Amino acid sequence: MSKTQLVEQLKGGLDAPICLTWELTYACNLECVHCLSSSGRRDPRELTTDEAKAVLDELHDLQVFYINIGGGEPMIRRDFFELLEYSIGRGIGVKFSTNGAFIDAAKAKRLASMEYLDIQISLDGTDAVTNDAVRGEGSYDTAIAAMQHLQDAGFGEFKISVVVTRHNVDQLDEFKALAAECGAQLRITRLRPSGRGADSWHDLHPTQAQQRQIYDWLVLNGENVLTGDSFFHLNALGEEPLPGLNMCGAGRVVCLIDPIGDVYACPFVIHDEFKAGSVRDQGGFSHVWKQSDLFTELREPQSAGACASCGSFDACQGGCMAAKFFTGIPLDGPDPECVGGYGETATLAASSNQAPKPMMDHSKPSRVAVTIGRR
Amino acid sequence: MLDATLALHPQVALRPEPFGALAYHYGNRKLIFLKHPDVVRVVRSLDGTATVAETLAACEIDQARWPSFEQALTNLQTSEMLQ
Repeated sequence: MSKTQLVEQLKGGLDAPICLTWELTYACNLECVHCLSSSGRRDPRELTTDEAKAVLDELHDLQVFYINIGGGEPMIRRDFFELLEYSIGRGIGVKFSTNGAFIDAAKAKRLASMEYLDIQISLDGTDAVTNDAVRGEGSYDTAIAAMQHLQDAGFGEFKISVVVTRHNVDQLDEFKALAAECGAQLRITRLRPSGRGADSWHDLHPTQAQQRQIYDWLVLNGENVLTGDSFFHLNALGEEPLPGLNMCGAGRVVCLIDPIGDVYACPFVIHDEFKAGSVRDQGGFSHVWKQSDLFTELREPQSAGACASCGSFDACQGGCMAAKFFTGIPLDGPDPECVGGYGETATLAASSNQAPKPMMDHSKPSRVAVTIGRR
Repeated sequence: MLDATLALHPQVALRPEPFGALAYHYGNRKLIFLKHPDVVRVVRSLDGTATVAETLAACEIDQARWPSFEQALTNLQTSEMLQ
């Protein structure tokens, strides 16, 4: 079977996801301006420990090999280690994303003692100024301290996870050097206009020239740099496709479970339109994955729409569904960052009031400076 | 290759899929697609046999197809799925 045939099979969906993301909580100590899940405050409907364990039992039965845990900040959950240990005990490896705030020397030791565990520390700049502008004041130092704790504890190769923006794209070499220095592996992913990212998209998303820069950098340095296949829209730039399956896996090989158990097509589309059901529904996660109307629909052949006549469609597959959705572009239209330039026209055509607003906003209320004066 | 004794790495899990199977190595975190049900059958049968040739024969794989199976098994060995 050729790779093309395999990809066609995968588009029809699998019996269980290959890559499942589970945001454990909407609570977060940070308020990153591009947060995909608009996290901040805990949702009172959050899955309980027992409910979470029941989901893990199901994933075990489905032979899901590993899960990607995120949030919010997943380590905020009091049962974080309990769930981690339960998952690994059931043969489900865990990779979790964290801002590092809760990794002290003792926790680093505990994490280092666990098998089948990967950790991704989020960092969006190789200096505090660049990073903190996006992730909040002090977050650079926090991440670096956590990385140091992991190194001291002998955790081994953790990951440094970077969302590529207009402001850190020139630091890719420095990120790679930093990772090498820490005995870590670099992971870079694409910025999405999802969650609070919808508000920061226009200021943060890489320019056309920078798209080319990312592609060229990945062709040169891509070996041993993880991308979660997130840059497949760049494949139209050259003969050499970037490593990976080059397809949108939403609802086909990928999905998201959010903190209250709702199941979405992917981590970038927390919106009713892409909600397939809930793990709390009759039949649980398996039923949603196998039977939901949304996922069934996503597994049917998709129309190339406006991109059908473009010679690059096979290479870029029309790009990212979520990026189109939250910029108001029709799902069969071009990606807003289409390297052929069609995205800019489409973005302009979709006036901003047409773009659907992200849902499930858990952002903390904005602080109003209060002056306590004396009479 | 034909004379080699191979077995599935103890840290590898196979998940049946319509196209064949997914193989996941819990140690090196590699995920590999076994893109033909016959390859899956051969891989699952390695454990009970002394050599690759014996496995292929036991699985009734046509000799004309042996070179492609040798290639597939070599690739799996390179990614440490087999040892």
